[in-house]
Amino acid sequence: MQRPDTPRQHTQSQHTQPPDTQPQDTRQTPEAPLLRRTSTVRVPVRGRAWFVERRTIGLVVGCVVAMLGLGFVGLSYGTSWATPGEVFGALTGLEPSVVIAEWRAPRVVAGILFGAALGVAGAIFQNLTRNPMGSPDIIGLDAGAYTGTLLVMTVFAGTSVTVAFGAVAGGLVTAALVYSLSRSNGLSGMRLVVIGIAVNAMVTALNNWLVLRAELEVAMAAVGWNSGSLNGIDWEDLIVPLAVIAVLLVVIGLRASALQQSALGDSIAVSTGVPLERQRLLMVLVGVGCTATVTAVAGPVMFVALAAPQIGRRLARAPGIPLLPAALTGAVLLQLADIIAQMLLAPVSLPVGVVTTAIGGGYLIWLLAQEVRRR
Amino acid sequence: MTTRLSAQDVTLSYGERVVSTRLSLDVPDGAFTAVVGPNGCGKSTLLRAFVRLLKPGEGTVSLDSRSVSDFPAKALARELAFLPQDPLAPEGITVRQLVARGRYPHQSLLALWTTADEQAVAEAMVTAEVEDFADRPVAELSGGQRQRVWVAMVLAQDTPYLLLDEPTSFLDITHQYRLLALLSRLRDEGRTVIAVLHDINQACRYADHLVAMKDGRIAAEGTAADVVDAALIKDVFDLPSVIVADPVSGTPMVVPE
Repeated sequence: MQRPDTPRQHTQSQHTQPPDTQPQDTRQTPEAPLLRRTSTVRVPVRGRAWFVERRTIGLVVGCVVAMLGLGFVGLSYGTSWATPGEVFGALTGLEPSVVIAEWRAPRVVAGILFGAALGVAGAIFQNLTRNPMGSPDIIGLDAGAYTGTLLVMTVFAGTSVTVAFGAVAGGLVTAALVYSLSRSNGLSGMRLVVIGIAVNAMVTALNNWLVLRAELEVAMAAVGWNSGSLNGIDWEDLIVPLAVIAVLLVVIGLRASALQQSALGDSIAVSTGVPLERQRLLMVLVGVGCTATVTAVAGPVMFVALAAPQIGRRLARAPGIPLLPAALTGAVLLQLADIIAQMLLAPVSLPVGVVTTAIGGGYLIWLLAQEVRRR
Repeated sequence: MTTRLSAQDVTLSYGERVVSTRLSLDVPDGAFTAVVGPNGCGKSTLLRAFVRLLKPGEGTVSLDSRSVSDFPAKALARELAFLPQDPLAPEGITVRQLVARGRYPHQSLLALWTTADEQAVAEAMVTAEVEDFADRPVAELSGGQRQRVWVAMVLAQDTPYLLLDEPTSFLDITHQYRLLALLSRLRDEGRTVIAVLHDINQACRYADHLVAMKDGRIAAEGTAADVVDAALIKDVFDLPSVIVADPVSGTPMVVPE
């Protein structure tokens, strides 16, 4: 480079080029290696190291802040706003409040926990089908879990534990049905999605029929969360789902690297040492488990599983469809949707599924258009 | 000639469709083995059987006289690295991140990185000449660059064996020869290379051991000078030809009539 000439050239070129083109060019070269070193953080662990993307750390911090903020709003909001002092008093137990601690708090926790579970379930199935539309709510697994729930409720008049088992069984049966219908000359993600959408429609019709022919009382309860709702959830409803979801998240968290490795295609997954069959089975079980556990308590909450993994992936700018961003984004999304659902037609509290469906429906249209254009 | 990796009397099939029956092949250690043959002759299928992507109906594929199906998944992946024709790059992955995936079989449950892991990734990127664009997204690269990234990924796996299924297809001629030169350099460094190649003349020039396949069986094997003649090319490819000496390497060169 001819240093002495640069200023003169620069003034000359100002007429033809955007004025800051040249300084930007010279600035970028020395900065590039710096950027490379700072995009990940190296966390030393006993002579080894764990690399974390800086963006992922940012996302974790951002989501935790959002959850705390939304959580605070969730605890404050109700038939009347609680003051921050009342909320802190209730949380610390200094100023006990049944409304905040027993009514609003479980709802906030459920929003976070169920959102995370749905986000992870979505990420698992989108990885499995290698398709952004291959999420459990789209391919009928929510509806299937709901069928199981309805059957146990109406036919066997089950308790919350048997309802949960019914939901898992319903989800697994639907998964098996979709899988067997879409399996011909190997498995194609798009084929599975299209068949899943059809199965979803049929199972939803079955659900409606089940509700219609049920006893009036049961039917009224069922319709209440037909579209997914966190209304009236209390701590007792949450104990079993909390434990189940925690276990499922730990299990899939330990297999997360194998899950990401599978994204390189079946051949590379196997040749780099992923036990593919076992891994897939585990993924289906955890994915259906998460979906069904949420459905058993809250009904089919649509579109969180579809949208959260894709939003999380873009926010984290991570390769593939990572689990942690999906879980965090899912938690924030469902929490936000639930607050909107409570406020929109206040004092009437809408089912949260109405809000997620309204927002997610638009997203699905956009996604479909993208997929069609790609073909 | 010593052999650690071999297939004995294997029958290979996809469902009902039988590709090979009672096929045997000993892969010479530390050599460049090229497998050639017409489309659909079972070359790729044989490679897939070696890396356990296809379980033989009969017979065994063994490494050190132990059936590959008895190896734990990651243990076999530390011996045999495989580059298929259709690897998938996850959306948004960078070159460095993709190459790092080659370390999977060396890592524990929590994917903690050792200095050895970091070194292997850095060395693989230098060897495959991809370090210049290490932080670019794979999706933005040209076909030739992308193929070198995948080669870097299997190199990072740090295995004594490299199996590659048509690594030169979709590359322009310059990149084809660069890749083949890289593979022979790896052979010189002591690795065993097994590649399915489309171009018979490239196979003759670079391979120490040439395996010609037809209809799922091995028609001939040995050094190119020993096995390649007009009769073999007529038999395997159904192509009348004249064999001349390659003016650069002196190896047999097939010139179609």
